[in-house]
Amino acid sequence: MKKFFAAAFILSSIAGAAQNVLQNAQIHGDFQTDFQYYLPDSSIGADTVPEKLLSNGYLNLLFTSGNFSAGVRYENYNNVMQGFDPRYKGSGIPYRFASYSHKDFEITAGNYYEQFGSGLLLRSYEERSLGIDNSLDGIRIRYKPYKGIYLKGAIGQQRFFFDKGEGIVRGLDGEINLNEFNNKWAASKLKVTVGGSFVSKYQADRDPIYNLPQNVGGWAVRTTLIYGNWMLNGEYAHKVNDPSTVNKMIYKPGEALFTSLSYSKKGFGITLSAKRIDNMNFRSDRSATGNVLTMNYLPALTKPHSYTLLAFYPYASQPNGEMAFQGQLNYKIKKGTKLGGHYGTDVAVNYSRANAIDMQKINDSTALMQSGTLGYTSDFFAIGDELYFEDINIEISHKFSKKVKGIFTWAYLTYNSDIIEGHTDGTFYSHIGVADVTYKITPTKSLRMEVQHLMTKQDEKNWANAMIEFTLAPKWFFMAGDSYNYGNPADDKKLHYYTTGFGYTKNSSRIAITYGKQREGIVCVGGVCRNVPASYGFLVTITSNF
Amino acid sequence: MKSILVIIAFFAVIAMTAQNNTLPSVDLKKPDGTIVSSDSILNQGKPIIISFWATWCKPCVKELTTFAEVYEEWQEETGVKLYAISIDDSRTFPNVASFVNGRDWPFDVFCDPNFDFKRAMNVNLVPHTFIIDKDRNIVWQHTSFTEGGELELIELIRKLNNGEKISE
Repeated sequence: MKKFFAAAFILSSIAGAAQNVLQNAQIHGDFQTDFQYYLPDSSIGADTVPEKLLSNGYLNLLFTSGNFSAGVRYENYNNVMQGFDPRYKGSGIPYRFASYSHKDFEITAGNYYEQFGSGLLLRSYEERSLGIDNSLDGIRIRYKPYKGIYLKGAIGQQRFFFDKGEGIVRGLDGEINLNEFNNKWAASKLKVTVGGSFVSKYQADRDPIYNLPQNVGGWAVRTTLIYGNWMLNGEYAHKVNDPSTVNKMIYKPGEALFTSLSYSKKGFGITLSAKRIDNMNFRSDRSATGNVLTMNYLPALTKPHSYTLLAFYPYASQPNGEMAFQGQLNYKIKKGTKLGGHYGTDVAVNYSRANAIDMQKINDSTALMQSGTLGYTSDFFAIGDELYFEDINIEISHKFSKKVKGIFTWAYLTYNSDIIEGHTDGTFYSHIGVADVTYKITPTKSLRMEVQHLMTKQDEKNWANAMIEFTLAPKWFFMAGDSYNYGNPADDKKLHYYTTGFGYTKNSSRIAITYGKQREGIVCVGGVCRNVPASYGFLVTITSNF
Repeated sequence: MKSILVIIAFFAVIAMTAQNNTLPSVDLKKPDGTIVSSDSILNQGKPIIISFWATWCKPCVKELTTFAEVYEEWQEETGVKLYAISIDDSRTFPNVASFVNGRDWPFDVFCDPNFDFKRAMNVNLVPHTFIIDKDRNIVWQHTSFTEGGELELIELIRKLNNGEKISE
């Protein structure tokens, strides 16, 4: 670590002498801190927190000068907030890099984030709200040898809290855009991009029972075809046998397909997507579980919802296997028509569904998923019987007048909690309706109100939610809201989860303070989720950027 | 600990001599998947607005819907150009083109599916909006959107066009 900085410092000093680096130097950064003061509340299951106050803090500093750039991130967890992995402990600099680019060549040493294609084989990224940071620490090279050709090479180890995972990750990726590559095709109506990647990991085998592969490789091919208003995207990935804790130590190879077809023109867009995942958990440490040391990204093929009750039952991708489909339609009803009104109406319809994959025993004497065997066989095109998740929703945004506008959403969700949460509560079916209406009092003062209702015969039964927000642009907001589990059959569980808060923004600095109760639940981004325990207290979030 | 001090000292030295921050050069994607450099965010010597957003972010969509309503007037009056940078990752990236066309937004949209540009611009939360002057300097930025926030933004663009200093 120290050596790294000494080297970076010397390098930059040399560069400085050569190019008078400081004259062109720029420095910028950002800062975020969240802290919560916890109060116990046994009715909602919020436990006593011995420290009373917990906080997460992040500071990024970036330095650039001409072709040279470097950066660091300081992180502080004293102690880490509830709902995050407690292995985030103390403070340190888990992210630092130096990078040099010259014309079409770029080299980065230290930590970096990289994604090949749609990420089925390799995606290192940071998603702070989930406590995910699987950055690679090593060397990455990007090179454009000729117009339309993009090459990348990466090697390194992944971040593991304030340490590194033991596995070594190596990867190569290439992409060619034929219309850029050949001038003759530049004006063609058909646009073609093809790409491919290879990724492998090395981890020593010290297993007393199994003979495990120490090198596990995977390859992927992808293409994008565009013709006029049509676009077809597809990526297929395959990896060799990779027994791991997540797949219960089976030796079956893995594969994944992610494809989408869309058509769009002014005022109309439709996208149909399909996905198959079969035994595609890919980590640089075969014993890792949870959100750590993940090498690839298997996005959920469902719409991410942001309203409280709509986000009650979010889907999480199933890396061991799923077949999923999604259709998304966006349509603008023109202004001046009966339905469009004076300002036009935006309509969005979305349908998504995720099922199990087909699974058959490998032979009569071997149970499904038996450790040390191939586990199962699966027909690529067959859809498994078990439904994991289904969501049909429609969202209508309409501006009624200069002063009033609204967004109205209805959804019907089917949520298999046994699969998604690993519980044994069965499947929940719910109808959810949301009305979100904004009233502009003056050009800079407005009042927004949300009313939400969730109806289900399962789980905790019906919920109602109401929220009111007053904003004073561009600096202030004030809000108060309540979620009420009025349908709960047990009287002592008909609980209110109220929150109230305000925020102040000055340019790029923002502080928000909320006080209230948060239900135990799941926070998800991109189909990756974390559990959040019930909590009660003050939450302060400060972000700044300079 | 020592290394932290070295870094702080290093950055402090630079900070003292540092200039205005300009737009970093990072590879982005068009909604059709084509790779495009942030160097192609251009507006022939006129101001540029860059707005980070995502299809799943309600305040972002509200902000851009508001901008879409007034964009034509803004362009006529000030010549400003808006680039909306989507941070939808590969989960929702395939929906961006139909989302944008379906809403008939009149501005350019680029995508940043693995957050390279977001990181280089030090964006924590979306929506996050920047004003870039004719020399590609980042002269103003704001995080979050509230109804009426567009009025401040266009006022700043007018000031910038009049040669007034708007950075703080």
